[in-house]
Amino acid sequence: MTETIVAIGTRKGLWMARSTDRQDWTLEGPHFLMSEVASVAVDTREGRSTVLAGVKSWHWGPTVQASTDGGRTWTESAERALAFPADTDTALERVWQLTPDPNDADVVWAGVEPHALFKSTDRGEHYELVRGLWDHPHRPTWEPGFGGGAVHTIVPEPGRPESVLVAMSAGGVYRSGDGGQTWAPSNPGIRAGFMPDNEYPEYGQCVHKVARGQGEGELFAQNHNGVYRSHDNGATWDSIAEGLPTDFGFTVLAHPRRPGVVWVVPVADSGERIPPDAQLQVQRSDDAGATWRQQATGLPGHSYTCVLRDAASLDAADPVGVYIGTRNGDVFASADEGETFQRIATQLPDVLVVRAAQLT
Amino acid sequence: MPSAPVRVILPGMLRDLVGGVAEIEVESPAESQTVAELLDRAFSGHRILDGKVRDERGQIRRHVKVFVNGEDATRGEGIGAPVPAGARVHIINAVSGG
Repeated sequence: MTETIVAIGTRKGLWMARSTDRQDWTLEGPHFLMSEVASVAVDTREGRSTVLAGVKSWHWGPTVQASTDGGRTWTESAERALAFPADTDTALERVWQLTPDPNDADVVWAGVEPHALFKSTDRGEHYELVRGLWDHPHRPTWEPGFGGGAVHTIVPEPGRPESVLVAMSAGGVYRSGDGGQTWAPSNPGIRAGFMPDNEYPEYGQCVHKVARGQGEGELFAQNHNGVYRSHDNGATWDSIAEGLPTDFGFTVLAHPRRPGVVWVVPVADSGERIPPDAQLQVQRSDDAGATWRQQATGLPGHSYTCVLRDAASLDAADPVGVYIGTRNGDVFASADEGETFQRIATQLPDVLVVRAAQLT
Repeated sequence: MPSAPVRVILPGMLRDLVGGVAEIEVESPAESQTVAELLDRAFSGHRILDGKVRDERGQIRRHVKVFVNGEDATRGEGIGAPVPAGARVHIINAVSGG
């Protein structure tokens, strides 16, 4: 029987929601109570039920924990699974992103704070620093966003293992065409309105999240003021913010099968981080951002919360499930591609990451 | 004549990671040892503790305290502080968080 799981990482632990019909849900947890869970990956490649979690104890530091039974039981390596090499004189602060690679079932990427990318070739048991990005001459000038300076988005290209995109706050988008050995900034068209002089710098944009669509070379990006689409794998970017109630937000999701279908969760403004008109909502486009429409049935009004950059996810079912988690500890699920939502968790700590998947 | 061993007392939050062990006894070398050397010896058989108490640079984590005979070593010389033979060393989680 297929089970849908929703991993919910929060400031104070991880919860797992489960359902066999995406209507009735059970909530398990907490795992890692009082530890921050900022990243989760559900690895279903080759039929696995592996869940990886970036966990940080305020006392005992960051680590990566692994479950091979869909998040029910967890193990931690006695040796540090992910650590900076001695010559960097750097300590890991937090694992912000865990991304299974679509081209190699043994590869898992990790984006961390401070700004760095790691790669595992043994399914997430051990990670090695990607030197090409660490040694990039721009690195000393990458600024931390409010959440810290981190590589928070990793987008490998299916079918082209040499092609990987990362995004960071506030360094912008960088791409590698040789599997991570060398990197170049790739932000043409992305505005950095917070810069005093040049609003279109080579790098330094505050990209919040990038999602891969199903069109040829299709990517979508939600920025700190700005929503963008790329048709050329991130070489260039065009604004698709027109028609949205606001161009600010943190997260973006792209349909796993249908080109041009994309969701964002708008936030009123950089200085007003609540839903537009205090109505929690997602905005959906079916034409790659040419037009947008609100989806809010089942989502609360009088809402003064916020959905962070990784606190949203899609599942792979048909129709696609849409999941969002809020800073006031609610998680909402839609089994009909965003048309209607129901609350599947409430009163949790603030939600940092949501990841949904089907396990068989 | 062997020196008195050092007793490293673990906080409750770490004991579950090492099967409930509350205290690790470490032989004192003939010469004096530092906090860093003591922790190397104490954690050699409990590797998971090393990543909890120290970062990968070997520094005591920000919200962890190491007391040597009642004195907070993290306020003074840190990992270079001397640990005399027979010392009682407490590792504690700092009173912090929200």
